[in-house]
Amino acid sequence: MNARDVLDLAWVVPALPLLGAAVLLLFGGRYLREPASGWIATLLMGGAFAWSVVTLIALWSLDSEERLHVTRMFDWIPSGSLQVSASFLVDPLAVTMILFVTGVGALIHLYAIGYMHGDERFSRFFLYLNLFAASMLILVLGGSFPVTFLGWEGVGVCSYLLISFWFERDSAAAAGKKAFVTNRVGDFGFLLAMFLVFFHLGTLEIAPALAGASVLSEGTATAIALLFFLGAVGKSAQLPLHVWLPDAMEGPTPVSALIHAATMVTAGVYLVVRTHPFFLAGDAGTVVAWVGVITAFTAATIALVHNDIKRVLAYSTISQLGYMFLAAGVGAYAAAIFHMVTHAFFKALLFLGAGSVIHGLHGEQDMRLMGGLRKYMPATAGTFIVAWLAIAGMVPLAGFWSKDEILAKAWFDGQVALWVLGAVTALLTAFYMTRQVWLVFFGEARWTHASDEATPHESPRVMTFPLVVLAGLTVFGGLLNLPFKSLEFLTKWLDPVFERTPGFEHIEADSFGVAFGLSVAAVLLGVAGIALAYRLYSRASGRDPARERLGAAAEFLEQGWRFDWLYETGIVKPGRKALDAVSRGFDLGIVDGAVNGIARALQLGGTEARRAQSGYVRRYAFAVFAGATLLIILAMTRATGA
Amino acid sequence: MTDFPLLTALIFTPAAGALAALAIPRGRDDLQRAVGMTFSVATLGLAGFLLVKFEAGTPAFQFLEHKVWMRDLGVSYTLGVDGISLFMIVLTALLFPVMLLGSASIKKNLKAYTFFLLLLEAGIIGVFTSLDLIVFFVFWEVTLVPMYFLIGGWGYERRIYAAIKFFLYTMAGSALLLVGILTLSFLYAGDHGGQLTFNFLTLAGWDGLAGSTEKLLFLAFFAGFAVKVPLFPFHTWLPDAHTEAPTAGSVVLAAVLLKMGTYGFLRFSMTLFPEATVDLAPVLLVLATIGVIYGALMATVQPDIKRLIAYSSVAHLGFVVLGLFALTTQGMAGGVFTMIAHGLNTGALFLLVGMIYERRHTRQIADLRGLWKVAPRLGGLFLVAAFASVGLPGLSGFVGEFLVLLGAFLTQRPYAVISAVGVILAAVYLLWAYQRAFTGEPEGENAEMTDLNFREMATVVPLVLLSLVLGVYPKPILERVEPSLDVTIGHLEARTDYRRPLTPEVVVEEPETGGAPPVVEEHGSHEGEGE
Repeated sequence: MNARDVLDLAWVVPALPLLGAAVLLLFGGRYLREPASGWIATLLMGGAFAWSVVTLIALWSLDSEERLHVTRMFDWIPSGSLQVSASFLVDPLAVTMILFVTGVGALIHLYAIGYMHGDERFSRFFLYLNLFAASMLILVLGGSFPVTFLGWEGVGVCSYLLISFWFERDSAAAAGKKAFVTNRVGDFGFLLAMFLVFFHLGTLEIAPALAGASVLSEGTATAIALLFFLGAVGKSAQLPLHVWLPDAMEGPTPVSALIHAATMVTAGVYLVVRTHPFFLAGDAGTVVAWVGVITAFTAATIALVHNDIKRVLAYSTISQLGYMFLAAGVGAYAAAIFHMVTHAFFKALLFLGAGSVIHGLHGEQDMRLMGGLRKYMPATAGTFIVAWLAIAGMVPLAGFWSKDEILAKAWFDGQVALWVLGAVTALLTAFYMTRQVWLVFFGEARWTHASDEATPHESPRVMTFPLVVLAGLTVFGGLLNLPFKSLEFLTKWLDPVFERTPGFEHIEADSFGVAFGLSVAAVLLGVAGIALAYRLYSRASGRDPARERLGAAAEFLEQGWRFDWLYETGIVKPGRKALDAVSRGFDLGIVDGAVNGIARALQLGGTEARRAQSGYVRRYAFAVFAGATLLIILAMTRATGA
Repeated sequence: MTDFPLLTALIFTPAAGALAALAIPRGRDDLQRAVGMTFSVATLGLAGFLLVKFEAGTPAFQFLEHKVWMRDLGVSYTLGVDGISLFMIVLTALLFPVMLLGSASIKKNLKAYTFFLLLLEAGIIGVFTSLDLIVFFVFWEVTLVPMYFLIGGWGYERRIYAAIKFFLYTMAGSALLLVGILTLSFLYAGDHGGQLTFNFLTLAGWDGLAGSTEKLLFLAFFAGFAVKVPLFPFHTWLPDAHTEAPTAGSVVLAAVLLKMGTYGFLRFSMTLFPEATVDLAPVLLVLATIGVIYGALMATVQPDIKRLIAYSSVAHLGFVVLGLFALTTQGMAGGVFTMIAHGLNTGALFLLVGMIYERRHTRQIADLRGLWKVAPRLGGLFLVAAFASVGLPGLSGFVGEFLVLLGAFLTQRPYAVISAVGVILAAVYLLWAYQRAFTGEPEGENAEMTDLNFREMATVVPLVLLSLVLGVYPKPILERVEPSLDVTIGHLEARTDYRRPLTPEVVVEEPETGGAPPVVEEHGSHEGEGE
């Protein structure tokens, strides 16, 4: 069996979790219960990871410029000149994606066995989780845009199902719907982008379409790129479509870790990187970079003041995704993917740690009622602290390397303004994460417990084991791509994907000195953020100095710069009112009224009909029918006469 | 081919069933149900046979039957099936047994109920097989009467109003349609020494209409078809009829009766009046696009769940008309596919709403809450059907909508872009309704609602499964429909200066290695041409 035969079997990767979903759909609940259904789902995810590794080895064994493999399974939507095939595309980018999706995914599945313990819909949870993983894998392996779109919508539905998993809670049900609808706004862009691609290039298969991007006019390429980006903005919760992600925290915490931090929300970044030839052939990159950096900054300011442990992390995720778009916008695609991978490690770790805390505190999510937990939950606290230092950009943790690379690329691309905003965001990030760590794990205990049973406790092994693995990845993840010529493994691995694109060039550092200076500056900003927060919070004893100093602004920030308020009062409420009016006034009043009016004028409708006995109406209907028949016959006789 | 008149058998099996139902004495409801089931399943069997025997890859009419009926009048009993009508017949034959199975709660005058349903089935199959305009019109009218009685006899509170409105509306349209048919034949006769003909194939080959006359005739046909579809602003009968009709009535209305209108446009208007079709297409595109957006917006604010689904039909049928009048292979294929997919998905939704009504005796969304918790099967199936209706890839709705929008984008970009907004709106109205009715903590009567039983599962699950199968593998339908569409478009090109869009063809050498620079051939494949 040669390498390409193995690559032909890439479909096995999504097929395994899909099989799990099917098994749980048919047998879950009744025959398969806790914990069997959880283990089945987890094992299949582990199998998908194993097969991803096999796929990696097979691809690796090919010459670097040969590393692109397309498998066509069957014709999906053939119509005239449109030939959409169900096909999978395996290249270094896709393999990178499936590796971390299945790897992190398997760990989170494992964790969820502990976290979802005792839930009455335990099996269904794993059904959704497996279905999600299958969709995500189809998304990144898609060989034609509609196949990617299939995965894209699939993860959207699973996200909907999982956010509103505890649908008895109205807030959870509303959050699920909000997520799906907001994402649909982005899907509108994705759809139109596909239509434009087909219109100009005559194909929706990804490989030939990307190869054809360079022949498009600059305007067309920019339009296509921006439409794809609109899809990405929805899926990856960038301004102004970010509003669904904080609400999505209504879902169980493993969901927040898997879908709303590590994988699904990065699909937008993946899409931009995948379709980068359109961005390079046109002029859309600037927009991407600016939307990214503004989102990164805005979300970080909001994270400063929130008290819900998961909401802080949600805004943090939005902010970090902004960094990835910043990188993709300036053309540093490998840097975007690098940060995507390291972020998956440390943000999944943060969420799972938060979940462990919530689990230990019997459902408490308010950080004002936490504190001092490091003594009670040593494993959780220790791993959380690793992740905190990573996201704050401390050397030598993974987060430092990937964030530093993004900021350096922005600088050397000549976009100093982007660098400045990005650097300020780094400072804010270090600050809000330190605030969180202090409120949760240090200081005095602000929780009350009536009995020993209610004392915070460390989570079971099945939950702490994934934490430890992720902490290891967070520490050593930087090794994937150290910024030294021979150690840029990830960049070199991804190179074949980008280098064949006309217009692509690596952003090189002007001088080692400047690059080193920038790194030092970034670390110093991180240290400053930590120091500032430490100074404020180490002696705060239950108060919230940041909020106090921000005063009225804290309110504004907590309301997320009032985006939700704007949409609610600007669109939803007046829209509903106007539609109600149109429904009653126009549709029933004017359009329908005209019809009823005519009927009444002919004395056929209205009062008479209502008074009529049903027997009368039947006779009447037959009369009309008979009349019509008579008319036909009459007309035909006259026709013969003519 | 054997000489067995398969199409006649398809029409007369349910008709015979209707007569058999009449022959059964009152009070024998079990027998009545058995008769209904037997004849409708037999019809389904015949339709299955038709599907298997149908030869794919040819646009020709198959299973042709031709008997002169009234020679002097040029009326002949001509039946035939092509890829367009094939699936409408199969869908019809599939839905009637499902509806009869779903009608267990009908106790009142079951004899008449079965009679009307089977008569309706015969009429509908007749509509989709007729190739003579008079025969077509007779069947068209035949469907009207049983539908009227089904709404008026077994409907809800305002059924009489709804039934009359339905009847008058469609009668008004039909009257103009008839005038159009007769005029067309008279004009043909004037050109052919007084010999009338209503044979569709003969008339299609005649090219003697003056431009303005053709437009008037197109509009006469339009009146009949647009009301049926229904196109905005002729849609107001639909929410009333849908809402007040019994479940089976709503299902048959949405799934097949409305499609008679779009089928009429595609089969008759486009071929008989090519010039007018091309000239007046913008009018239909505007109305279709308004329908897509307006129907969806109205659906969002309906407090009654059946009314909500009724308005969603206005939106979906808008998509169909948009696709058809885009006059591209993809658009038209998408239109036909949506006709089928909407039948399955909306059919399933109406069945489920009917089951909710049987339990809770209300259709008001505000009265429902938390049903997913007490009835997980009902909630789950409703959600899948809703997502299919929303156009989620992997389910049937997507294939149709995607092709419609893509096909329209090629020739009618503004309409396609505006209609694509409908994709967002569909998620809004269905998921919002789902949120209010199915999520939350159920209380009171809602907390005591029972889940679906086996019989009810047996009615809905096949539709949902079929929707999934067609969403994953739509090719069997697309490849049978396409040749007929190509002929229709070819006919338009032959008669008018309309030309279908050229799609560029990217020539990339060996995408595996991606070495050579891409070349775009501007005059690439001109689909369906030559051969």
